[in-house]
Amino acid sequence: MKKISVIAAGAALIAFVAGEAQAQATLDAVKKRGQVICGVSQSLPGFANPDAQGNWAGFDVDMCRAVAAAVFGDAKRVKFVPTTAKERFTALQSGEVDFLARNTTWTMSRDTQLGFDFVGINFYDGQGFMVTKKLGVKSALELKGATVCTQTGTTTEQNLADFFRANKMEYKVVAFEKNDEVLAAYDSGRCDVFTTDRSGLAADRTKLKNPNDHVILPEVISKEPLGPLVRHGDNNWGDIVRWAFFVMLNAEELGVDSKNVDEMKKSANPEIKRMLGIEGDFGKMVGLDNNWAYNVIKLVGNYAESYDRNVGPNTPIALSRGVNALWTKGGLQYAPPIR
Amino acid sequence: MAVDVRETARAPDTPIWLDSRYRAIFFQVVLLVIVLGFGAYIFHNTYANLERRGIASGFGFLGSTAGFDIIMHLVPYSAASSFGQALLVGLLNTLVVAGIGIVFATMLGFVIGVARLSRNWLIARLAAVYIEGIRNIPLLLQIIFWYQVLGKSTPGPRQSIGILGLFFINNRGLYMPAPVFQEGFWLAPVALAIGIVASIVVFRWARARQVATGQQFPILWTSLGLTFGLPLLALIVMGMPFHWDYPELQGFNFSGGMVLIPEFISLTFALVVYTAAFIGETVRAGIMAVSHGQTEAAYALGLRPGPTLRLVIIPQAMRVIIPPMTSQYLNLTKNSSLATAIAYPDLVAVFAGTVLNQTGQAVECIAITMAVYLTTSLTTSVFMNWFNTKMALRER
Repeated sequence: MKKISVIAAGAALIAFVAGEAQAQATLDAVKKRGQVICGVSQSLPGFANPDAQGNWAGFDVDMCRAVAAAVFGDAKRVKFVPTTAKERFTALQSGEVDFLARNTTWTMSRDTQLGFDFVGINFYDGQGFMVTKKLGVKSALELKGATVCTQTGTTTEQNLADFFRANKMEYKVVAFEKNDEVLAAYDSGRCDVFTTDRSGLAADRTKLKNPNDHVILPEVISKEPLGPLVRHGDNNWGDIVRWAFFVMLNAEELGVDSKNVDEMKKSANPEIKRMLGIEGDFGKMVGLDNNWAYNVIKLVGNYAESYDRNVGPNTPIALSRGVNALWTKGGLQYAPPIR
Repeated sequence: MAVDVRETARAPDTPIWLDSRYRAIFFQVVLLVIVLGFGAYIFHNTYANLERRGIASGFGFLGSTAGFDIIMHLVPYSAASSFGQALLVGLLNTLVVAGIGIVFATMLGFVIGVARLSRNWLIARLAAVYIEGIRNIPLLLQIIFWYQVLGKSTPGPRQSIGILGLFFINNRGLYMPAPVFQEGFWLAPVALAIGIVASIVVFRWARARQVATGQQFPILWTSLGLTFGLPLLALIVMGMPFHWDYPELQGFNFSGGMVLIPEFISLTFALVVYTAAFIGETVRAGIMAVSHGQTEAAYALGLRPGPTLRLVIIPQAMRVIIPPMTSQYLNLTKNSSLATAIAYPDLVAVFAGTVLNQTGQAVECIAITMAVYLTTSLTTSVFMNWFNTKMALRER
């Protein structure tokens, strides 16, 4: 019932607040408030997870911090709002959060019908299946008649239906509202299969008692381009979030990271000079000061640092870069230049 | 300033704005205009905001393809069905929990209520402990508790507990044989309908005869015979036109037969147990409201304890019981929306959950869901009020 009241409150907010989507409205509100309000996952190790002291950490959390660093020069001025898959869109629509960095798949209907703008793809993902090793299943095509646990209100739920329909296989779906409930149900044996994005599977597997008893099947059944999104209409705010993300990518490409960024200010490379605000007025173009990109890199780091720290091979999540490598290294991550 | 409220007729020289009758009407009109205006403002504002933010609105989405599956559906449904059909599936899932819940909660509630008044010390105390224990624990916790108990105490599909090789219990649910109807089965429901109508006719005739002559008629056995005997006879005549579909272990799980999913079982069980505690108290209050003098008077007239309870106590107790009982039924129906917590696909989980999220049309989905609950509850209320009028004391 609590969830419903949150959504109802969101709907009521839409009804009452005469929300003006004028230029810079979000940036002004954020500056006045002194905080960025960022919608994140409830608890997904590697992406958005509070530690024992309540400090949020993760790949998506870094996206939130990067925006705070760009706006305030202080990566700590973020309020994290954990949202379920079901609540997230209403939270953004109603203005409860300034943007979502909540491993959300970019789809056409979300970009148009729901009134959002996706600003980029910070993680190329795809949906997969996890089963217990003792079932002896080697491929998703052997899952005929299986019971599958998933989270309600996700693209996952629809991809699942598509996959089983396309392969003419029977199945049963049990859809929970919270990711933790899905995992608990899978763990207790209510389902044979746990499905979500493969990054999510890797993250959730670390929460199980014996992660090695579970295997992620090789099939990738969908494209899941995950990225931050803002409300449609406030293009300036969309630009800020988009370019905060692009700074992280460009910094990696140019070899600038949080440790060497101060030295790099002396670099002769004009691309680095433009990015760090030595040349040009790029910060002003998005309504920020010229240190915006420096702050992002100094306080949060570049894309590679964030990736390796949160989900990379040396973390429990252990995801290799794969398609998320830079385009110069054979991956898909490619940011337009700051020029 | 003293105003004589009795003086309502307008004195010939009083101006119209000082006349209390016209003033009363005037203020009511003003209030109505304000309320309507506020409603119109909210509606307009919502619409304008949705428009400005480029969020789609309207109810056209109900016809689009849903693209997701639902584990329990009483009407044919697949991922290729529309959002409108998903709404129907969710509604029926809610109604089936509410319907079954109401029947069992009433039966258990009556037993508990009567038990609490029992002269047997142990039975009365047990009923009291049940009522005080259950009704003081939040329902949501109880639902989650029973769901966890069911999930943790049952084995996996391959270690299912079989009963007679017909029923199987595992953590995917309770599997049982399902009847498959063949040609000629139509006669059985027809016979059932005839049996029920005939029972009502016999019941009316027997009561009229008893009022007129005092002679009693074994109405219970006759009705049972008519209601169950006639369909059985019909089946025998048509040569048993159905067979059983048995559940069988295949691959991951059982297939065939019928299944009650654990979400359904634990939700219904929790609702029944919880609501029965309240109904028990209602029943106790109803019985205690009938003074002991009524029993004594009935005995003095020579009625035995059975007829005394049936003809004197219960009809009077019902007058007290029915109105609060209506509230309990409505509560049970609305409480079934807590299903969301354990993934039972009820109206809220399916429509105000998945559909809302797939379409992003929060305002419409919540409005439809609220309208459906309102309609269901009002229908229940109308029926219970009718029943209450039927049972009301008629002064002669």
